Amino acid sequence: MLDIKAIRTHFPILQKTVNNNPLVYFDNGATTQKPLAVINAITEYYTKQNANIHRGVHALSREATELFEEARKTVAHFINAEESELIFTSGTTHSINLIANGLSFEKDSEILLTQLEHHSNILPWQLNAQKNNAKLKVVPIHEDGTLQLENLKNLVSKKTKVVSITHVSNTLGVINPIKEIISEIRKLNSNTLIVIDGAQSVPHLKIDVKDLDCDFFVFSGHKMYGPTGTGVLYVKKNVFNQLQLSASGGGTIKTVSFEKTEYVDGPLKFEPGTPNIEGVIALSAAVKYIDSIGIEKIAQYEHELLGYAQSKLAEIPEVEVYANHLNKAAVISFNVKNQHPFDVGTLLDKYGVAVRTGHHCTQPLMNYYNISGTIRASFAMYNTFEEIDVFILGLKKAIKMLS
Amino acid sequence: MKISEIENEIVEEFSLFGDDWESKYEHLIDLGKSLPLIDEKYKIEENIIKGCQSRVWMHSELKDGKVYFTADSDAIITKGMVALMIRVLNGQTAKDIIETKLEFINKIGLKEHLSPTRANGLVSMINRMKMDSVKFSR
Ligand SMILES: Cc1ncc(COP(=O)(O)O)c(C=O)c1O
Repeated sequence: MLDIKAIRTHFPILQKTVNNNPLVYFDNGATTQKPLAVINAITEYYTKQNANIHRGVHALSREATELFEEARKTVAHFINAEESELIFTSGTTHSINLIANGLSFEKDSEILLTQLEHHSNILPWQLNAQKNNAKLKVVPIHEDGTLQLENLKNLVSKKTKVVSITHVSNTLGVINPIKEIISEIRKLNSNTLIVIDGAQSVPHLKIDVKDLDCDFFVFSGHKMYGPTGTGVLYVKKNVFNQLQLSASGGGTIKTVSFEKTEYVDGPLKFEPGTPNIEGVIALSAAVKYIDSIGIEKIAQYEHELLGYAQSKLAEIPEVEVYANHLNKAAVISFNVKNQHPFDVGTLLDKYGVAVRTGHHCTQPLMNYYNISGTIRASFAMYNTFEEIDVFILGLKKAIKMLS
Repeated sequence: MKISEIENEIVEEFSLFGDDWESKYEHLIDLGKSLPLIDEKYKIEENIIKGCQSRVWMHSELKDGKVYFTADSDAIITKGMVALMIRVLNGQTAKDIIETKLEFINKIGLKEHLSPTRANGLVSMINRMKMDSVKFSR
C-alpha cells in the first residue's frame, strides 16, 4: 500500500488553494507536479556543482560530468536500456523529431501511425513524408479507443519503413498492447523500424525496452515528476547507425577540420551543445523517487483511482465517457451532454479542480468521435479518493448550473 | 447611455453577488441565454473569432453612425461574456468603441477571462469589435 499522506507531503505545490478551495490537480497528463527530491536536486546542482560537462579538466566539471553520466545510467536502467542507448533530449517532441529527421527513405515508402496519436507523433512524420515522398498510413480504432489490430496485416507491407505508435493514448488513457503489436510487425516485415511514444506510459507502467523489442522509445521528464525541458530518446544498439544526424555542434566530435569531421560514437553524437545539465540530474532524481515508491504500486493505486472515478461518473446520466473501460492508464476523457467542455472546465476550475479541456493535441482522434474536444481528468500517485469526490461534487454542481 | 454609464450599471449589478461566484456565474449563464443572436447567414468561417477553444461568431453593422453587434458561441459562459460586451458596446459610435478600455471586466471579477491562457478568447473578441469599428470609421 502507498502512504498517500506521506507522498503528498513530498509535493509542496499540493498545499496551494485555488479560488479558496484546496487545489485538486487532475491535469497530470499535461505535466505532473514535482517532489522535493527533484526541486532540491536542481537547487543542489546550482549551489554546489554547476560547471559545463564533458569539457573541463577542473574538479567541478568532473563532478558535474559524473553526475550527468550517472543520470544516464539511472534513467537507462529505469527502462532496462544500456546507457550507451540513451540520448537526452528536451522532451518527447524533440525525440520524435530527431528520429523523423534522422531517417530517409526511397520514394513510395510508408510510415504507419494510429488514429490515437498526439500531434507530436504526427507532424514530424508528415514533414518526413513530404521530404521523402513517402505516404502516411493510419491504424484505425474501434469505438472504445482500442486499435483495430485485425487490420495490421493489411497495413504493414514491404514498403513500411516505420511504425510509430503511442504506448498510452494521452486523450483516452487506452493502453495499447505494444508488445504483441511489435512482435506482429516483426513477423510482417523484419526491416520495419518501430517507434514507441512512451510519454504517457513511463509515469504509469513498468517499461522494459528489451522485453518490448522496440527500436526507439521516447518520453518526457516533466510528465514523470521530473523537470520540463528534459526527455529521452532510447535507440536500440543495433539500429544506432541507421539514425542520421539532423543537428550537430560542439561536444560531439573526435576531430574537426573544414574538410572532414570525425564524430564520437554513441549518444553524445546526438547531444550537440551544452545540454540541460541540471534538468537531466533532476530527472534522475525523479526516477529514483519513483523507484523509492515502486512503479508497480503506483500503477495499482492509480488504477484504483481510475475505477473509482469511472464508477462515480457512471452515476451521472449526462456524462459520456470515451473508452469507458479499465484497460487504461489513469486517464478519463468525457463530455457532458449538450454542454461545451470549456464551460464545464471553467466551472470545475472555480471549485479548485484542474482538468484539461479541448482537443489535447489529438485532432484526428477528435474527428473520429466527431467532437471538438473533451474534458480530461488524469491522475498521479498523489491524488486521492477524496479528491475524486470533490471533483464529482463539483461536476454535478457545474452540470446543474449549466442546464 | 454612454459606455462608462453602462459599465457602471454592470459593476453595480455584479456587486450584489459579493464573493458568491456561483451566483455570479449563474447570472453570466443567464446573460448568455439573452445574447442577441447572429443571423444564421452570418455564421460563416470569416466571422469566427480565432483563438477560442469555444467557437464565437460575430457580425457587426453600422446604422445611423452607430455600431451594432450580433453573435453566438457554442459555449454558454463564453456567450455570457459576449453578451456583456455587446450590452456595453452596442449602439455606440465607432470612435467611442475604439477608445474604450472596458475596465468593468476587471471590476466585476472576471479578469481571469482576460488572461492569455484562457481559451475563450475574450481578448480576441474585444479586438474584433474594435477592428470592425475601425473599418466603419474609415
Ligand atoms: C502521447 C504524447 N506524445 C507526445 C507528447 C509531447 O510531449 P512534450 O510536449 O513533452 O514534448 C505528449 C504530451 O502531451 C503526449 O501525451
